[in-house]
Amino acid sequence: MPAFTAAEIEALIPRLRRFARALTGSREAADDLTQDTLERAWVKRELWQAGTNLRAWLFSVMHGVFVNSLRRARPTESLDDLEHAGQERADDGASAETAIAVRELREALLRLPDDQRQVVLLVGLEQLSYAEAAEVLAVPIGTVMSRLARGRERLRQHLEEGTPDRHGLRRVK
Amino acid sequence: MTGDPVNEARLHGYVDGALNEAERAEVEVYLAAQPDDAERVRAYRAQNDALHRAFDAVLDEPHALRIGAPPRRRWRWMGGLAATFIGGAVIGALVHAMWGSQQVTAGALTIARQAALAHVAYMPEVRHPVEVQASDEQHLVAWLSKRLETPVRAPSLLSAGYRLLGGRLLPPAGEVGTAPVALFMYENAQGKRLSLLVRRETTGSGTAFRFSRDGATNVFYWIDGPLGYALAGDLGRDELSAVALTVYRQLNP
Repeated sequence: MPAFTAAEIEALIPRLRRFARALTGSREAADDLTQDTLERAWVKRELWQAGTNLRAWLFSVMHGVFVNSLRRARPTESLDDLEHAGQERADDGASAETAIAVRELREALLRLPDDQRQVVLLVGLEQLSYAEAAEVLAVPIGTVMSRLARGRERLRQHLEEGTPDRHGLRRVK
Repeated sequence: MTGDPVNEARLHGYVDGALNEAERAEVEVYLAAQPDDAERVRAYRAQNDALHRAFDAVLDEPHALRIGAPPRRRWRWMGGLAATFIGGAVIGALVHAMWGSQQVTAGALTIARQAALAHVAYMPEVRHPVEVQASDEQHLVAWLSKRLETPVRAPSLLSAGYRLLGGRLLPPAGEVGTAPVALFMYENAQGKRLSLLVRRETTGSGTAFRFSRDGATNVFYWIDGPLGYALAGDLGRDELSAVALTVYRQLNP
């Protein structure tokens, strides 16, 4: 008997897509990652323990798929995709300044090592507890804390120094 | 405090709201005396806010993912589309359309072809891609509705990054009857254009989304009530399908 229904898992697709988008920086890579995660989660559904956080479990499945995909190839970081995202925000009525800030954040995120980016996103964007993040990544909680500290500090430095633009020049503050 | 793992963890706990009241008060006392750490805490909180600003829009995007979609990517979105927007009842019909005979009615084929031809004809126009500009949208919609003898609407595709350029009237396709055909054109910030063709249909009152490819132009088309719709663009299939969903949603709120 399945531990959860397809509908329950599919209701969480927007959350998985958001995390995947932030993690990969590209819409297509994110949707591939999400789709692969859904398939794998469905096949492995007996492994989920009823009563535990389904969303966190799905993130752990996604983590496994992501790590496997990294072993095969680096995900492509599409600058066009980033610009498109900035454009979406501008069209939504956000100011140009916000669009630039969003773009800088996305670029700075992609410059983080994968393990730090994952923790920064699980905690900061997905608001998982440190214990849940540790479980998702199958590492001790102390490792989560040190990756979080390093990731946040590095992100802060990237944002403060400005991100290199596509010609490799740095913005003058 | 940097470098002291216990206190560093506590600072992050403060940022993430993971502390109890006593711990929080303690950290606040500490931060009042440590402006550098207070600045870091402020920056980390700002990061969390910025992450939401950057990515929360993804939560509202139409998507085509679902469990059990066949692994071949080009079919994947189709199944998801059915599950997400059309509902289980028509999945069988859709599956039949996709993996069954593959036949489509002559009328449905024609709308895709007509949209592709119109897109290729008018899309490259720099000065006159449309007859009536979007700035005169009310007039445009009223005019096209009158000529098609049924209310038509120009959906807003701003959420997908495309703004309405305007529209034009096309000659009727032979077997459909005498009513002319409306064409709306949209453009994104990179100058990429999409054409949405709307025309009266005599066959059937509704079909699932269908896909066709005509040279470099991809087309998604469907029939909804008395009208047939075809969205044509030189876009990847996935990207175009997302916009087609936006159109469909706008027309079926």
